[in-house]
Amino acid sequence: MTYLHNIGTYFIMIKDIFRRPTKWSVMKPLILKDIDDLIIGSLGIVAFISFFVGGVVAIQTSLNMTSPIMPKYLVGFATRQSIILEFAPTFISIIMAGKVGSFITSSIGTMRVTEQIDALEVMGINAINYLVFPKFIALTLYPFVISIAMFLGILGGLIACVYGGYGTMEDYLEGVRLDFIPFHFIYAFLKTLVFAFLLATIPSYYGYFMKGGALEVGKASTTSFVWTSVMIILVNFLLTSLLLG
Amino acid sequence: MIEVKNLKKSFGANQILKGITTTFEKGQTNLIIGQSGSGKTVFLKCLLGLFEYEEGSISYEGKNFSQLTRDEKTNLRAEMGMVFQGSALFDSMTIAENVMFPLRMFTKQSKSEMEDRVDIVLKRVNLDDAHKKMPSEASGGMQKRVAIARAIVNRPKYLFCDEPNSGLDPKTAIVIDNLIQEITEEFDITTVINTHDMNSVMEIGKKIVFLKDGLKEWEGSRDTIFKTDNEAVTNFVYSSELFRRVRKMYLEDDAL
Repeated sequence: MTYLHNIGTYFIMIKDIFRRPTKWSVMKPLILKDIDDLIIGSLGIVAFISFFVGGVVAIQTSLNMTSPIMPKYLVGFATRQSIILEFAPTFISIIMAGKVGSFITSSIGTMRVTEQIDALEVMGINAINYLVFPKFIALTLYPFVISIAMFLGILGGLIACVYGGYGTMEDYLEGVRLDFIPFHFIYAFLKTLVFAFLLATIPSYYGYFMKGGALEVGKASTTSFVWTSVMIILVNFLLTSLLLG
Repeated sequence: MIEVKNLKKSFGANQILKGITTTFEKGQTNLIIGQSGSGKTVFLKCLLGLFEYEEGSISYEGKNFSQLTRDEKTNLRAEMGMVFQGSALFDSMTIAENVMFPLRMFTKQSKSEMEDRVDIVLKRVNLDDAHKKMPSEASGGMQKRVAIARAIVNRPKYLFCDEPNSGLDPKTAIVIDNLIQEITEEFDITTVINTHDMNSVMEIGKKIVFLKDGLKEWEGSRDTIFKTDNEAVTNFVYSSELFRRVRKMYLEDDAL
């Protein structure tokens, strides 16, 4: 019953995100601030993880290709497919659920605990629009982060492959170009946009509707991370079945 | 003026407000007092429109709040100022930005007009040089004064204060009390203060409503509270030896 109540409240919150919009002159700086916090602020960790995981994928693929009849370019091919189809959109989104999701839940939750949200409501401001809409708009730029993750993942694989002695640059690049299907990009970015929506709304929900004090802010952040991750995994399965199955 | 008639509010089976009727007059400080759990905060949140109530009515200058349209409620809320117990300043904004916030949200003033208004209001609460400070850099008393400045910057008709003195030293508490009273009289605002602080009751209690178990047990002023023989009020207000002595002195003077 509680789950049904929470799901209902979540969808009402989503409707309220677009109701009674805040003045553009007030909203614009909030959106720019959230782009800085959520998108620009995440580029460092995303770049670091993508580069090294790309390298690890290339090394693992190479080490597991023991048969001499398997062509060397398969390292590049497997790295590209892993990075574009799953690692960049899904794995990075799980990491972002921890980084960005916790940030959103704790910042909104702290505003709830310190009565800042009550202050907005008393002034007659639609607090959900004021707080969540800028995050929603900022995260529409999330595919930009994922495209950087894709590029750096494949680059990391190339560098690990060439400088680790697992293959030549020509073989790797041939694999990266092999049987390229443009729809895979569409599939990856469609997933990314759906994940961006989940990343903006689920943590906001847990922050906005939390009750209690500082301890509960921490608990809400953890719960938000768990549920955002669960929903990303479930939606990933659903979208993969629908679009590639 | 705010008129409350037979206000009832429950949370599940637990009835918090059991039918409160009272009025809060314009241009004076109206205090709501009572023990913890008596329903003061719920009452204040009903007045602010943060809680919906099951029965009764709250009217602002004759307009019944529950019968207003969404836009009318939004317009009415723009006429309300609120000072929260913990100040509730936006911690991502400077003090000046906090005070300017209602102007940015509800007016079409130019930036220079808004800055001028912020200067006037911050000067009024004796914070002329704190514009660029962040709330975290301000003391509790300063934060309360910023909260008052933010509450009055848009020239509200109604000012609500939830425990404005909590966590403040007695001297700062008196400064805040006097500031609220002066602003109320100066701008002819209907002010409602929720308090536990008996000093506030004695200093600025032009009208006092005493709540007990979700009902209005007594109402009067700081003068009549000395003379009342209502046991619940005397047990609450004169629970300390100091206030019992003050009352005794007042009654002796009055008798003479």
